[in-house]
Amino acid sequence: MELRVRALETILTEKGYIDPAALDAIIQAYETRIGPHNGAQVVARAWTDPAFKRALLEDATRAVSTLGHVSRVGDHLVAVENTAQRHNMVVCTLCSCYPWEMLGLPPVWYKAAPYRSRAVKDPRGVLADFGVSLPKETEIRVWDSTAETRFLVLPMRPEGTEGWSEQQLAALVTRDSMIGTGFPKSPGAPS
Amino acid sequence: MMDAAAARAAADVPGIPRDKDGPVFREPWEAQAFAMALALHERGVFTWAEWAATLADQIKRAQADGDPDTGETYYRHWMATLETLVAAKGVATPELLHRYRDAWDHAADRTPHGAPIELTPQDFE
Repeated sequence: MELRVRALETILTEKGYIDPAALDAIIQAYETRIGPHNGAQVVARAWTDPAFKRALLEDATRAVSTLGHVSRVGDHLVAVENTAQRHNMVVCTLCSCYPWEMLGLPPVWYKAAPYRSRAVKDPRGVLADFGVSLPKETEIRVWDSTAETRFLVLPMRPEGTEGWSEQQLAALVTRDSMIGTGFPKSPGAPS
Repeated sequence: MMDAAAARAAADVPGIPRDKDGPVFREPWEAQAFAMALALHERGVFTWAEWAATLADQIKRAQADGDPDTGETYYRHWMATLETLVAAKGVATPELLHRYRDAWDHAADRTPHGAPIELTPQDFE
């Protein structure tokens, strides 16, 4: 694989399609700057600012852009809100479309066939594998991402966090809770 | 030889990103392949819709060929998608890719351990 990658990179560089320095910058950005903390900030803001939450659920792409996040993929972001009545979960059944700029790079299981195929057929079973159990009466809604539309789950704010700052709250928001395969951390739980 | 090349490339890319499930990129070439797709998309070589359709097709083919498709081989499909799209868009033919792959293979073979591998015109002969 290494040789195939080098071959393509050399050709693309010689033809002027890419600049190796720009590639390094992209990789570095995903190593250091872009990760689930971006999404966590968005979630924490929505928990503390009702106007922002409304804007986020209405048009997530626009709401997020007001926070100064830069979207590299220019995709259409949709935020879906978890409630006591409904739990949202995100999958890409075809490949692995994923809101990179919000969550960084997808974990291995998100890209794996078992998750991609079972999430739609048996979401409750998949959630159980993640250690997530929901009341029977909670509806589970599965969102299938596409190249154009990516989803961000807005999890429920944990109880016992009244008066917490946005920054404190953001630390509770896990990557999986924004995919819908987990919950935010509980206040007081070891980080 | 492949391992040596991979190990040397690893030295060029510090700190492979990790999450709680392990490294996001398992090897440096995966990061390179990832970045190339972003860069080519930015250049307008393909749309994300074209990308997703081609990648889905590659994954389906790999599954049909017996790939367990459990996420570990994901960037192989990613790389195949890149090669397919650059060929489809007239950027680089499969023949050209082959020629450069063989040249890199040759360069890796003749380079003493520890020295950076560089491509020279002789590698294409």
